[in-house]
Amino acid sequence: MALLQIAEPGQSAAPHQHRLAVGIDLGTTNSLVAAVRSGEAQTLASEQGQHSLPSVVHYSKDSILVGQQAAQASAADPKNTIVSVKRFMGRSLSDVQSKYPNLAYDLSASEQGLPVFNTVAGQVNAIQVSSEILKPLIKTAEQTLGGDLEGVVITVPAYFDDAQRQGTKDAASLLGVNVLRLLNEPTAAAIAYGLDTKQEGVIAVYDLGGGTFDVSILRLNKGVFEVLATGGDSALGGDDFDHLLEEHLVKNWQLAQLSTTESRRLQIEARRIKEALTDADSVKASLTLDNEQQLEAEISKADFDALILPLVKKTIASCRRALRDADVSVDEVLETVMVGGSTRVPLVREQVEKFFGKAPLTSIDPDRVVAIGAAIQADILVGNKPESDLLLLDVIPLSLGIETMGGLVEKVVPRNTTIPVARAQEFTTFKDGQTAMMVHVVQGERELVDDCRSLAKFALTDIPPLAAGAAHIRVTYQVDADGLLSVTAMEKSTEVKASIEVKPSFGLSDTEIATMLKDSMANAKADIERRMLTEQKVEAQRVLESLNSALEKDGHLLTEAERQQVESGMTSLAQCAAADDVDAIEKAIEALDAQTQAFAAKRMDNSIKAALTGHSVDEL
Amino acid sequence: MNYFELFGFPTHFSIDNAQLSERYRELQRTVHPDKFANKSEQEKLLAVQKTAQINDGFQTLKNPIRRAEHILQLRGIDLSHETATVKDTSFLMQQMEWREALEDISAMADPHQGIDELQSSFKQHETEYSSILATNLEANANEANLIAADQIRKLKFMAKLQDELIRIEDDLFDL
Repeated sequence: MALLQIAEPGQSAAPHQHRLAVGIDLGTTNSLVAAVRSGEAQTLASEQGQHSLPSVVHYSKDSILVGQQAAQASAADPKNTIVSVKRFMGRSLSDVQSKYPNLAYDLSASEQGLPVFNTVAGQVNAIQVSSEILKPLIKTAEQTLGGDLEGVVITVPAYFDDAQRQGTKDAASLLGVNVLRLLNEPTAAAIAYGLDTKQEGVIAVYDLGGGTFDVSILRLNKGVFEVLATGGDSALGGDDFDHLLEEHLVKNWQLAQLSTTESRRLQIEARRIKEALTDADSVKASLTLDNEQQLEAEISKADFDALILPLVKKTIASCRRALRDADVSVDEVLETVMVGGSTRVPLVREQVEKFFGKAPLTSIDPDRVVAIGAAIQADILVGNKPESDLLLLDVIPLSLGIETMGGLVEKVVPRNTTIPVARAQEFTTFKDGQTAMMVHVVQGERELVDDCRSLAKFALTDIPPLAAGAAHIRVTYQVDADGLLSVTAMEKSTEVKASIEVKPSFGLSDTEIATMLKDSMANAKADIERRMLTEQKVEAQRVLESLNSALEKDGHLLTEAERQQVESGMTSLAQCAAADDVDAIEKAIEALDAQTQAFAAKRMDNSIKAALTGHSVDEL
Repeated sequence: MNYFELFGFPTHFSIDNAQLSERYRELQRTVHPDKFANKSEQEKLLAVQKTAQINDGFQTLKNPIRRAEHILQLRGIDLSHETATVKDTSFLMQQMEWREALEDISAMADPHQGIDELQSSFKQHETEYSSILATNLEANANEANLIAADQIRKLKFMAKLQDELIRIEDDLFDL
């Protein structure tokens, strides 16, 4: 692919170039990739003709298997076969072990307490396993679409906290993939049903996947999706139905201790029974023990319904809470969209219909609907549909707060605040000459720090030494459109920037990412350098393209002298970008950025004014 | 930052909610980071910052209490970090009565009726404080601004009571 197409300043590059972008549903149980082709969003099939890739990775001494083949290896070699890795994302080892005490893996903790899988191929973490799942999906996409991808949209449960979102993004970063946006799964589903084009009103999205449950209340108005509220449980899903069936069978057969292979076979059998009960009233269960003994039992739909009813009721309670958070009544809900394979369970559909008082939407395959919506969004974000009116307004799913005296939490950004959002807080020193302080950021709704999820600890250093209480440090928390947090700090009286060292509690530090990146590449150094060069060249291209169209539209905002300065900056950036010096390109981008800062801000303010008066910028 | 100006409104307590929402959407359509997903880092960052401002502005203008607070803040009276309390004795008495009533609800023979009665008492007082607030913000004199600030404190207190009532209602009927 031609990386650089540099037009003369003032002229834009090829206008109707179709950019390749895909949507990826990185699911707990299955993952899918979809793209808009000839105007229609569809999931893409692998070379083997599969649309759905089991989210399973099998590690052996000299190879890594992903998907169906890995799933087949799972019963024989559970220790080296990672399933449902999404549940590990952004979680600590102790979280995971207390939630799932019967895991078949050989786990240890990283320095920060993150779970690490000890496989025959060495140690891997959840982010690396997830990136292995993404790899074949990207390959499928590039082969089917015939070119390099310019960007991807990856979906995440609306309930994912910062650490889980960051982990998902890191998994893509490991592959050098440009993430256009992390999109909430329920929102993607609503887009797939095209609800943006027709409806106005409130939509509920009920998403019961393998490992997570989400409910989102969206308001649609003139093409704008506004997430009014989200709720759910990031550790409740169809896998739990399987677990209940497994427990039921173990009790029924009076089994004491199962071997790892037996429990994996039981797991597979439980899933089969659950799926069969969608259409059958009764199913025969069977299990062969390691000693060849054959066990059998009959499971009726009524048995199954009784087992799972408490969990389904729990999801309905979440729906009620989300409606209340959104401040809408159940009668106001126009449509309910069903997402996730577990919504095929008849009891789930019944209960949802009963609660919302109308039959839910089920016409699109509930396993594919999220990927399809993500593909539509990716197509728009990458710039293939400049006329599109679709706009997503999201909210932060869990409150952000900081630790105060006595282990209490002070909320900085309450949950369901529309993002992006920025909040500032002021701190003062309590000792003369104090030059550093710690800030502990947590996420969650509870009042005690210990009951919330620790996100990061920030050390503010380089505070100018002043008398106690004289230094006022303004800390700004910014959450971007993906729901990811960044923090900056400044001492107010001296305007000295306090530097921040971020120690993510569950994510990875930059050095860890670099190490993982190196591990993932055979000829590490050369590869990384090549990739950095490519990334800088792409960014240079973006800067030049942006400026070209900016000059064309709003060049009149600059004086002749300013314009000449910008143009000469662009020429030197274009020259740098044509050569292979990473540092030179980076410096040229920085220089041009500094030069055009005021221009960019002025253009933004101008477009705001234009929007308010209802005229397009061109008319001004 | 004057949020009224950001949204192209005169700095005035009464606001047309439909128009506010309409302008909010227009502004989002213009500056949301998704419109800059494939643009330079500089533009992306600028878009995030602007959108954050617009989101905050919308939340501030949409909510009457926060809107009033914002007006006072623009007039140099900052209520956001204060610890001052209402000194009006009749309001303090009323507060105690409400607190007791809240505590008694769960023991009542007909809690529904108790909730309805409290609800209408809250409504009545909120309407009263809101109208005093509006008049005094309008007057925009020193004395009037202080009276307005007091109404905001009362209304904030009422909002907390309202939340508590909802919690009690949930505990009683959420099974």
